[in-house]
Amino acid sequence: MLRLPAFTYEPARSIAQAVGLLAQYGPDALVVSGGTDLYANMKQRLFTPKVLVGLRSISEMRFIAYDDATGLDIGALTTLRTIAEDPVVNARYHSLARAASLISTPQLRNMGTIGGNVCLDTRCNFYNQQEDWRQALGYCLKKDGDVCRVAVSSTKCLAVNSSDLVPVLQSFDATLHLAGPTGERAVKIVEFYRDDGRYARVNGPTEVVTRITIPPPQAQTRSAYRKLRLRGSFDFPLLGVAAVVRLDDDGVCRDARLILNAVAAQPVEVTEAVRYLVGTRLEADALAAAAECAYKCGKPLDNTSASVLYRKRMLRVFARRTLEDLRHGI
Amino acid sequence: MPDAPRHVSTATNADIEAAGTTASVNAKEPEGFSVVGKALPRIDSYAKVTGAAMYADDIALPRMLFGRLLRSTHAHARITRIDCRAVLGLPGVVAVATGEELPMRYGILPSSPDEMVFAVDKVRYVGEPIAAVVAVDELTAEQALKLIEVDYEPLAPVMTIEDALREDLPKLHVESRKPNNVHKEVHLAFGDMEAGFAAADRIFEDEFFYEGNNHAAMEQHAAVAEYGGDGKFTIWTSSQTPHYLHRIAAAVLGIPASNLRVIAPMIGGGFGGKTEPFQHELAAAHFARKTGRPVKFALTREEVFYAHRGRHPMKMKIRTGVKNDGTITASHVQTWLDGGAYGSYGVATTYYSGALTPVTYKIPAYAFDGCRVYTNKPPCGPKRGHGTTQPRFGFECQLDKIADALGLDAAEYRTRIAVDPYSRTVNYLRITSCGLRECIDAAVQRTDYRKKHGKLPRGRGIGLAASTYLCGAGLPIYWNPMPHSGAMVKVDRGGGVTVYCGVSECGQGSQHMLAVIVAETLGVDVMDVRVCAGDTDLTPVDLGSYSSRVTFMAGNAAHDAAEAVRRDMAEAAAQMLGIAPEQCGFANRRVFDVAKPDHYTTFLEVAQAAEARFGTLVGVGSYTPPENLHGDFKGSGVGPSPAYSFSACIAEVEVDLETGEVHVEKITLAHDCGRALNPDSVEGQIEGSAYMGLGEALMEESSFRGGLHKMPNLLDYKTPTILDTPEIEAIIIETDDKEGPFGAKEAGEGPLNPVIPAIANALADAIGARVYSTPITAEKVLKALEGADSGALRLRHGSPARAEAIQ
Repeated sequence: MLRLPAFTYEPARSIAQAVGLLAQYGPDALVVSGGTDLYANMKQRLFTPKVLVGLRSISEMRFIAYDDATGLDIGALTTLRTIAEDPVVNARYHSLARAASLISTPQLRNMGTIGGNVCLDTRCNFYNQQEDWRQALGYCLKKDGDVCRVAVSSTKCLAVNSSDLVPVLQSFDATLHLAGPTGERAVKIVEFYRDDGRYARVNGPTEVVTRITIPPPQAQTRSAYRKLRLRGSFDFPLLGVAAVVRLDDDGVCRDARLILNAVAAQPVEVTEAVRYLVGTRLEADALAAAAECAYKCGKPLDNTSASVLYRKRMLRVFARRTLEDLRHGI
Repeated sequence: MPDAPRHVSTATNADIEAAGTTASVNAKEPEGFSVVGKALPRIDSYAKVTGAAMYADDIALPRMLFGRLLRSTHAHARITRIDCRAVLGLPGVVAVATGEELPMRYGILPSSPDEMVFAVDKVRYVGEPIAAVVAVDELTAEQALKLIEVDYEPLAPVMTIEDALREDLPKLHVESRKPNNVHKEVHLAFGDMEAGFAAADRIFEDEFFYEGNNHAAMEQHAAVAEYGGDGKFTIWTSSQTPHYLHRIAAAVLGIPASNLRVIAPMIGGGFGGKTEPFQHELAAAHFARKTGRPVKFALTREEVFYAHRGRHPMKMKIRTGVKNDGTITASHVQTWLDGGAYGSYGVATTYYSGALTPVTYKIPAYAFDGCRVYTNKPPCGPKRGHGTTQPRFGFECQLDKIADALGLDAAEYRTRIAVDPYSRTVNYLRITSCGLRECIDAAVQRTDYRKKHGKLPRGRGIGLAASTYLCGAGLPIYWNPMPHSGAMVKVDRGGGVTVYCGVSECGQGSQHMLAVIVAETLGVDVMDVRVCAGDTDLTPVDLGSYSSRVTFMAGNAAHDAAEAVRRDMAEAAAQMLGIAPEQCGFANRRVFDVAKPDHYTTFLEVAQAAEARFGTLVGVGSYTPPENLHGDFKGSGVGPSPAYSFSACIAEVEVDLETGEVHVEKITLAHDCGRALNPDSVEGQIEGSAYMGLGEALMEESSFRGGLHKMPNLLDYKTPTILDTPEIEAIIIETDDKEGPFGAKEAGEGPLNPVIPAIANALADAIGARVYSTPITAEKVLKALEGADSGALRLRHGSPARAEAIQ
């Protein structure tokens, strides 16, 4: 990697100050918290902001609170490690803690934050490359070019959402709270992402994700997350599968959600799967049928490690195994 | 493979008689070493653990400038115009250079002088340096590169071995006399091949492919150069071979070698990736002269992938004839090497891909055809196990297939056909000490291999493989009659001992090995010894840290040098103790009467008495390999070594039959290192080999897409993490080689070789099907699982086994 390009670091002490700085510098500025995604991307010259607005010192954004009535409220600066280790998260939103524990490495989980993770830049191995490399390629739709290198006929960028937390948060119906120059607003996570890797999030450059809320889990809710990757650490998901079910007292599934990630610019909800799960006791054939829906739904492209065929094939296996995890509890 | 007459050696086997009777280079110490064999902390460990150790990129000199290289954005193109005029207008830029300023073609091997510091007229891979800028800081230099205008006329890139063999594609090197992009062909045969295959009951033929990979050393290459007004240059650089850089840099810069000093500071891992001159080193020196200021070039990780010199992708065809009891009657190895754009060590790699196959098992007739091609990719070169790792993968996989087909126990079979100590191979290589059988036996015993192999539940497997490696190449890379290694030992009047030797410390522990050998010889503590290494001004020449030569060759030179000092000191001590010099023992900082150890004087007192009597206490030593190591035929220079190490590896794996993921649970790796001068260091090398082998076996690949390296970074180029690394059990086998220093051989490269086929064989045991190419990805495992039955069927019917296709 190259060294970081020159930039000015403007530390913000409060949300209001951060929003003010962003408004002041406009498109020249980006926000940074843990920097685990942004700094690496800057070293590849994917971003060359003149100003970085540092959020690290905003204490009002660093908390985890839980209330039986309102649910979980997580400040955007909460580190991935804190989430992975938090007892309430582990007990009530198990897959969220699990997904956080599977992100990258211990060092990066100490620095990376949930806010940064939900704002992770979409990834593609035609894009996440050094400047020279992209110049040799002729650039791409996402940065400096006008052709998508994954599929030349595509009019939108096919980079993928590689967050481990996003599909889980979506499975819990999380809401993102944004602060911007015109005040605060709340956006359901399902509405936060777009199906275009270049413009993958709805928040504008002057809007900061300040906190994330999740409704309280209903009784007998179980959640699971599985991640396909080539190594035991470091790697972004080649496929992420998040699942949540709610069982009744007889162990019959009353509600289910199955969400895939790292196969498109936004999470892919396998809505078809629900009807194969609801009303069952998660028997093997029900899980297989739901997994088959995931297989049909997920359409990986040749822009991450491992081949398309392999990732496609693993959709079925990982979806089934994630659902099997739910049968066993948690 | 084009038909060309094979060179059939006419050398007689008369020199085989010499085997085993070679005069010992070193007199062996009697019983009881005081330093050798002890697991002592390395002399460089404190500096490395605390971060105090100096690497090339740590060096900062006053007024130093920073350089960046402009690299080609085309895989294959003519350069029609380079315009650098705008560059000097950028504030902070001090100088710019292009290829005409350094027009000499060079190459690490005198046979392949095909590289230039900056490409002129033509570029041959994406990432090839074309020009460079030096500026007051790196960011300015980087910005300046954008101002250089280059016009290209693209040519069709040649990206595969198959394409390189075609005659209708552009040649990378138009001056080559070959009609296609073949760089080097080798055809050798030993023994009676026809009779050998005629005598076979069964003939096995398999094809394999070994993927290219990078060394991925932690330290990215860096160089700092300084030019004094007196015409003298100094280059500090992460080089495993400061001596070779010294020779070539002097020639490229057009200066007498005496005006150049090359210093190799601590090096953060080499593995063969820092063994030849690199553009950034030569550019640093050039700019130092041009600007009169020190200049640093530090490569980024991406640039390391472009500098490359990594393992050659290799296609292999192996045909072996055996009797029904498994005895090998003949073997024919064919290799095709994807060399990348330049020669590098490729001629040697090509020979190595055939030379060492007969060193492990008795093969009475052996033929080898090798062919290295040029492709529009970063040049391949030597990586740990240089050229022998790929065919070892193929050969050991085939041996397991043979054992399977003939109903033989794969371990017993290997020990039965293993070469004997003090023997000579059919290709005339001299084997001295050999612990191959002991390695296999030890690994088998530790793992209960016999109880497990073929008997574990589906999805679990255990696999064995064995191998050999050199203890230094028997011949230097440029012909000369001088020693391969020189050392000087100085004892000062304060009792301090300094060893001067040209070796390069790339993390393998070369400095510590020299310290151990000298400390043992002089009877001092290993921490009393200071090693001054890798400095062409201060240290006698050592050819470098490659081909696992340092402990054996530099070790012998240092031992000789220490012995010379010891002789003077023994004379002085004898006088002090009133005994004969040969009665003097040296240990624990004392010189004593061996018959009466309580009768002693201190090392310090002896040092002072000896200096008073003889003047400055210095001893010199050098090492030249014996002459009877090889046959007399073209190409006989690659493969011979004064000794060979031997290794056996057993891998135990669990395979996820649904995902194809291979989880290696344990690697047991036995290695015959002659004698472990420091068991901790040997175990470290064995563990590192297991780790590196694991990566090569399962994940590492230098893959390309449309002329571009697909993943020139350490996030996408996969090397194992600690979570992927299994329990590793290192077993040291000692054979006390007659010619090694205190009996030592090598441990740095050999243990890598059996790891890859052991994992492949364990996989085959687990799933009943085989993957014929590396890396053994989950996807390939799934494919093998689906085709498993047909392969097994053919074996049962007894027809020659053959891979369906190169995967």
